[in-house]
Amino acid sequence: MKWESVIGLEIHVQLATRSKIFSGASTVFGAPPNTQACGIDIALPGTLPVLNEAAVRMAVTFGVAIGASISPRCVFDRKNYFYPDLPKGYQISQFDRPIVGAGRVELRLDDGSIRTIRITRAHLEEDAGKSLHEDFAGMTGIDLNRAGMPLLEIVSEPDLRNAKDAAAYFRQMHTLVRYLRICDGNLNEGSMRCDANVSVRPAGTTDLGERTEIKNLNSFRFLERAIDHEIARQIDVIESGGRVHRETRLYDPDRDETRIMRSKELSDDYRYFPEPDLLPVVVDEAFIAKVRGSLPELPQQKRSRYVSELGLSDYDASWLTDDPTVARFFEAVLAECGEAKLAANWVMGDWSAALNRRELPPDASAVTAAQPLRGRSPNRCSNRCGTRPIRSATSTR
Amino acid sequence: MNPFATVTELADGIRAGQFSSVELTRYYLERIERLDARFNSFITVTAERALAQAAAADARYRAGTSTPLTGVPIAHKDIFCTNGVRTSCGSKMLDNFIAPYDATAVARLDAAGIVTLGKTNMDEFAMGSSCETSFYGPVRNPWDPARVPGGSSGGSAAALAAGLTPAATGTDTGGSIRQPAAFSGICGLKPTYGSVSRYGMVAFASSLDQGGPMARSVADIALLLDAMAGFDAKDSTSAINGHDGKAAAATAARPKPMKIGLPTEYLAMLTDPAFARVFDEARRVLESLGHTLVEVSLPHTAAAVPTYYVIASAEASTNLSRYDGVRYGHRCEAPVDLTDLYERSRSEGFGREVKRRILTGTYALSVGYFDAYYLKAQRVRRLIRDDFVAAFGSVDALLAPTAPGVAFPIGQISDPVEMYQQDVFTVPASLAGVPALALPCGFHEGLPVGTQLIGPHLSESQLLALGADYQRATDWHRRTPPRVE
Repeated sequence: MKWESVIGLEIHVQLATRSKIFSGASTVFGAPPNTQACGIDIALPGTLPVLNEAAVRMAVTFGVAIGASISPRCVFDRKNYFYPDLPKGYQISQFDRPIVGAGRVELRLDDGSIRTIRITRAHLEEDAGKSLHEDFAGMTGIDLNRAGMPLLEIVSEPDLRNAKDAAAYFRQMHTLVRYLRICDGNLNEGSMRCDANVSVRPAGTTDLGERTEIKNLNSFRFLERAIDHEIARQIDVIESGGRVHRETRLYDPDRDETRIMRSKELSDDYRYFPEPDLLPVVVDEAFIAKVRGSLPELPQQKRSRYVSELGLSDYDASWLTDDPTVARFFEAVLAECGEAKLAANWVMGDWSAALNRRELPPDASAVTAAQPLRGRSPNRCSNRCGTRPIRSATSTR
Repeated sequence: MNPFATVTELADGIRAGQFSSVELTRYYLERIERLDARFNSFITVTAERALAQAAAADARYRAGTSTPLTGVPIAHKDIFCTNGVRTSCGSKMLDNFIAPYDATAVARLDAAGIVTLGKTNMDEFAMGSSCETSFYGPVRNPWDPARVPGGSSGGSAAALAAGLTPAATGTDTGGSIRQPAAFSGICGLKPTYGSVSRYGMVAFASSLDQGGPMARSVADIALLLDAMAGFDAKDSTSAINGHDGKAAAATAARPKPMKIGLPTEYLAMLTDPAFARVFDEARRVLESLGHTLVEVSLPHTAAAVPTYYVIASAEASTNLSRYDGVRYGHRCEAPVDLTDLYERSRSEGFGREVKRRILTGTYALSVGYFDAYYLKAQRVRRLIRDDFVAAFGSVDALLAPTAPGVAFPIGQISDPVEMYQQDVFTVPASLAGVPALALPCGFHEGLPVGTQLIGPHLSESQLLALGADYQRATDWHRRTPPRVE
């Protein structure tokens, strides 16, 4: 039988606010355990949450960018469960009145075709802390630095049909949130994490099969491999006469397999109810208009412009716009040399190769756009002296 | 020195040089030391801190920077966080908890120069109407030590009644300031929800909890309220344009004649004619002062107690989830695993009434029951609030009994539902979020009887002006317990 897979993603975007979503504690990554957790974050008796306005603005920015409806009045709820890294015994989240409603993104597939992915909703919530099981024999360490970090959870409809598209969608969202400057996009530090809901059904049918949820995927590659593996596993289960169970699974990249984390046959009862310590959040038209007015050029707009106005190829335009830092750098180079194709070649060629050799991300480049170009013809610059300034700039690090 | 003097009288005494704040503070500390074994109204006495604050207060008088509260002692209900001082909330769970910060209400009173004598006993996590559920043992009523002082702010009420402090703070979720005020013959105000910051007040039911002052006179209540209330950015439910801060000024003058409503449904519940007569006397006094009294209807009164217990328990069940033995508070000995840590820490740390409400509230929020209990209770709450809004369309304030009877003997009420009925006259105003002022209005069988004046949202100044008017014509608030020297 031919099978079709059906995939929806829940992407957790850590918003790039300076302080936490309900407290004044710092959000800077990498501090020693529990040094960035204030009384509110550790849930001292008598403390109360106060909503960070920047988090609201960032959520609205995202909503406006995907053409979603913004709830004029959204509500925070308590999601109740006990876990040692959840200090209050509940997570403040949004249940049935999220800040961002339905929207859509146009997913560009490798063959150049466009697939519309519907976004169900996006809601604000706080992150939990971290439980550290390895470092303490017979005990669990709790680090609450992450407790209260602001998250935007973006939920898609099950509109994805294979692992490759899912990864492309995750990548495109990764690009979008960095363009919007609402997330640093640092996957290694957990700034974006993703849960994948996966089910399979006979090709040509419309009913959804039973789904499993793969938790906590934080790389494009792992996401793709985990989904591929899970699809194969589900088909295998069904074809050998079994049944897929509703459950949460974890992907183990070392073994390249998913394994069961917990059964969800009985749905968890989180006893959601409106958070009485916070008032409903009113987002008025003026606020939305202001956010809309300050929206940067979005990746797709930029890509189209590079093709139509600068005469770059689809491939070059995509390459240059994928990372906003690269696009910014390219535009600065272009401003100096005035020739798009030449600037693109240099950025995609020498500059990128120099960074790759040193395993540096684009934002670590110490070279300014003007350095390789000033006083030289574009032709000479791109061919001969392009890499030198980077070498000298990076060698001093 | 007169232990039953008012805040105003004591501040006047310091200002006039009759005694210093340090002398005054020593005087009350000595009384607590000598007398409180009989009443158990304090959990913690902070003598050293009090004397340091008193010395600072005396310096403020010399420097000319005193306020009307400077140098006057106060006792805080042990639900308010006090920096460096145990804040137990009457529970074994927090017996070892030293708060690392001050509640906003405490900080504001400190800033006014008030002197903190200590922390008062209370029902565990403010859950009770008798002060019998405290981990630190029951509080005894100074009017009759065999009886309860009311609850949950019973320690504050008893300390006032026994002349162990001239002022106190309390919190009122469903009557916890007003009912003990009535039982102990003192005054107490539950402000409008959002008037006094909840920051640093250990949460019981977030949508109902409201801190407020307790004192001997309405004028004192007004002074304390002006210092405690006001917007606080740390409490998102704090009113931006809240209390006007002019209560003290309002109580100094006679109010304009007001139209005061008597809720028909409340009167119908006063079944003991002798008790009802005491209450009726308050009506007569107000009429003699030129106010007009009319009957009004609050049609959803009968639904208030069950509505309150669903909402308050639901909120409490999750507010108390943080007491898990992980970060602070009681932790069981040698837990074998996480479940064991949770189960034993919470089983050992919480008392029976707290556990009962956590279970009730968890049930009310559970899938399949949420709509029938929590959601329905919220709808009824809106109807109860609308009752008050409608009533205040035709009257300026309401006059109501505070409790269905006088202080009852310790141990007499063992059925929880019967105990919940203690709150029948107090929970409606809590659910509506409106302010209510409890004040003594006479005696029944030798024990104090309280009445309450209920006003529209943020009408504290007007309500206190009315209360002060009543107290200028009566002296019930100046009566003291017979066997307390």
